[in-house]
Amino acid sequence: MAMVGDAISHAVLPGIVIAFLLTGSRDSVPMLIGAGLLGVLTTFLIEFFHRYARVQADASIGVTFTWLFAIGIILISVFAGQVDLDQDCVLYGEIAYVPLDLWITEGGLSLGPGTVWTLAFVTILILLFITFGYKELFLTAFDPGFAAAIGISTTAWYYSLMTAVSLTTVASFESVGAILVVALLVAPPATAYLLTDKFKNMLLLSVLAGIIASVAGYYLAVWIDGSIAGAIATVTGIEFTLAFLFSPSRGILLKRKQLQPVQH
Amino acid sequence: MNDFVEFFSFSDTNIRYVTLGSVLLASSSAVVGCFTLLRKRALVGDAVAHAVLPGVCLAFILSGTKNPFILLLGAFVTGWLSLVAIDFITARSRIKEDTAIGLVLSVFFGVGILLLTAIQHSGNAAQSGLDKFLFGKAASLVGEDLIAFAIVAVLLLVTTIIFYKELTLLCFDQAYAKTIGFPVRLLELLLTTLTVFAVVVGIQAVGVVLMAAMLITPAAAARFWTDKLSLMLVLAALIGAFSGVAGAFVSYTAPAMPTGPWIVLIVSMIAILSFAFAPKKGWVSRLLRQRRNKTQILEENLLKLMYQLGEQKPNYDAPRQLHELLERRAIPQKEAKAGLKRLQNQGYVEKLPSGWKLSSQGQRRGERVVRLHRLWELYLTQYLHLASDHVHEDAETIEHIITPELEQKLIEELDFPVMDPHSARIP
Amino acid sequence: MILQVDNPVVEVHDLTVSYDRKPVLWGIDLTLPAGALVGVIGPNGAGKSTMIKAMMDLLPVGSGYVRIFDKPIDEVRNRISYVPQRESVDWDFPASVFDVVLMGSYGKLGLFKRPRKADKDAAMEALNKVGMQAFADRQISQLSGGQQQRVFLARALAQDADIYFMDEPFAGVDIATETAIIELLRTMREQGKTVIVVHHDLQSANEYFDWVVLLNMRLVASGPTEHILTQELLEQTYGGKLTVLTKVGELLRKQEFPSREAK
Repeated sequence: MAMVGDAISHAVLPGIVIAFLLTGSRDSVPMLIGAGLLGVLTTFLIEFFHRYARVQADASIGVTFTWLFAIGIILISVFAGQVDLDQDCVLYGEIAYVPLDLWITEGGLSLGPGTVWTLAFVTILILLFITFGYKELFLTAFDPGFAAAIGISTTAWYYSLMTAVSLTTVASFESVGAILVVALLVAPPATAYLLTDKFKNMLLLSVLAGIIASVAGYYLAVWIDGSIAGAIATVTGIEFTLAFLFSPSRGILLKRKQLQPVQH
Repeated sequence: MNDFVEFFSFSDTNIRYVTLGSVLLASSSAVVGCFTLLRKRALVGDAVAHAVLPGVCLAFILSGTKNPFILLLGAFVTGWLSLVAIDFITARSRIKEDTAIGLVLSVFFGVGILLLTAIQHSGNAAQSGLDKFLFGKAASLVGEDLIAFAIVAVLLLVTTIIFYKELTLLCFDQAYAKTIGFPVRLLELLLTTLTVFAVVVGIQAVGVVLMAAMLITPAAAARFWTDKLSLMLVLAALIGAFSGVAGAFVSYTAPAMPTGPWIVLIVSMIAILSFAFAPKKGWVSRLLRQRRNKTQILEENLLKLMYQLGEQKPNYDAPRQLHELLERRAIPQKEAKAGLKRLQNQGYVEKLPSGWKLSSQGQRRGERVVRLHRLWELYLTQYLHLASDHVHEDAETIEHIITPELEQKLIEELDFPVMDPHSARIP
Repeated sequence: MILQVDNPVVEVHDLTVSYDRKPVLWGIDLTLPAGALVGVIGPNGAGKSTMIKAMMDLLPVGSGYVRIFDKPIDEVRNRISYVPQRESVDWDFPASVFDVVLMGSYGKLGLFKRPRKADKDAAMEALNKVGMQAFADRQISQLSGGQQQRVFLARALAQDADIYFMDEPFAGVDIATETAIIELLRTMREQGKTVIVVHHDLQSANEYFDWVVLLNMRLVASGPTEHILTQELLEQTYGGKLTVLTKVGELLRKQEFPSREAK
């Protein structure tokens, strides 16, 4: 499913642009809604092409997201004068400018960077989603057949999860851009997956890996004077490589003798 | 209109370059894309496309020039490396292939962005234009680039033609290819290399992000029009080439428009239209076929009813009122009327003042449906041990689909039966 | 021979199931008695798994209906348990044995509620019954095939359902596990549970089950084991394919025909 996340992260672009054109502002709420809708639409289109038009699954993903992304870019070009988004921002964000975009209330009180508030809001939303849906998410991910048999709707949970992915994506979009969101979506969990066998530990470790990557990425970017988002993605890659090579249980260099299954 | 004539007269050298470039790039990647699609590895192209960026930047940093051959070499190295990384991660850890693709794609791209921004901030004057790799620059191709890309594109096409047979077998049945002594590893390597080459050139047209579309979309569209691989390759190339020209035209008439996204938009529209409307495989044509089936079922049911009414007397030539038919079977009156009209046009029934009457062809067709119905009922009871009160509904469908050959076989297997399970005579 | 029973726990009426319009099961009429240990037997591709999945409404059905405890399936979901084929899940999934067994309680808990102490006790007890209590904290990726199967079984036990559907629970397990599982199934039968098991081994079927369903694209036979496992019925099940049936199925798929006329 990692590539569906990739597809969503690209395909939310037209949603963001349209939300922007309709409201004329870079307000976060309409953008979140626009992108959320597009995210679900993407998931739906991928399913639709695959199931009803019988396009092979990977091609269905590829066609859908490139199409929507192209539409997004064209919209940006058409309304270049009105949209305060440019192609580069789409690709690698502008996290460095986040502190400049202050959220000032009508009373003139500065509440700090608006983006940070949006991100905080989405983070809380996602945490709530995972806390309350933990059991169902866990079960539908592991054994959809059993879940359906005992009456848990796999489709509903799949679409909820994809909505969560869309929200995360769009919240991070301004800061790190479309493709690097994918790095953050995929690399830390993959790293954690190589380090632990426990689902809860995997969640915690991937959060940790994400935080380390952000901090280290920032300093790396400052050091070589490059894009912060690019640097963060680079660090997530380094983290994964280290886990891949040196993980105590799974690393290909340090692999301990696997625990032998005990025979009965 | 003026623009149209001006563009397609190709009098302007620039237009010639751009068009030729776009066509070559789009069609060569489409051809290679067909093979990756058929190997069910379509998204690998996406990863390679993103992974090319750090290579371009590194090549620039190391060489300090924008010589297309050197940049292409850099792109080739990292693109290739990304494929190796995906295979290695999938083979040597429990990470699944799609996760590996997403991982390699985003990390390589991240490194590329980091290097690119670092180059931009370094103040090196020669760097301007490197970022064109992100979104492509089909509209500003110059002679020197074009020669380089044309060579690669032609090379790709020629290689594909030479190794057509081997690549086909590799995609279709890798295990078999191995047993008959094909160098499968080498062929895989060849396809990988071709993919990387296609991406490296294609990126010039549409850029990193949308490159996947140039590989996947024409191939996916072509797949809907044919079951023959050779034809599929040609179609994919044509679809790619057409989008290339169309994209170049758009950016000629509206210079502010990005060429790459337009090419992708056009090729996507072709693909989506193909998914919907391609004969046989398309979604709409399948819906149409289902509708045709419905009319066929309705018409044959009407003939069957008239035949069954005739059986009672027996008097097959008597005219019947519509309500007589509807009493035996609930068909919406409007549909039944329209169905009878169509049957009249086809010569299966005749309309008399006193009602509808079967023509001799109609009688024969009605008889056949009744026969198939009863044969199938008999088959279900004898071979599937279904209770005789459960076989009717199934036979209601099957009676419309059995071909003459199957009918013959059915009669033989049932040993030329006379009576159906409800003790009705099989005509 | 197809024996229908009164007051069945499972009633299947005129069930046709198609994959991509091609029917893989034709017109199944089947009733199963309460408290029986039922074996579903037939050759590869006979539609055994398809049938139990269709019984639980996990697949779209072309025609017919299924009633369990004389009710539509969705009303009795919490009385049903399912042991899927072992290969149907990814055993590299980061979960412990206990995590998986605890899933048995999820259906009853409903949305947003977390497993309580009682659910955890039930899970532990279920692990005890399959002799895996020592493995509670073990990661599932470290289990052998037989152990994986026991974990699946424990999950079903923890659910405390009234009817159990099991898809090939004996496939690829060691002898010890096979004996342990059959012992367990017998105990469940003693407690009045109904257990429906997809099985492929004719040899052991005679000894394991008290009711057998023979299947090969259609229902060949259903009844008490001693009446069903006869030379003649087995030949009908395993003997040559019904070519006409297969060909008609192909035609339905190619022509996009509905398996039943629109209502």
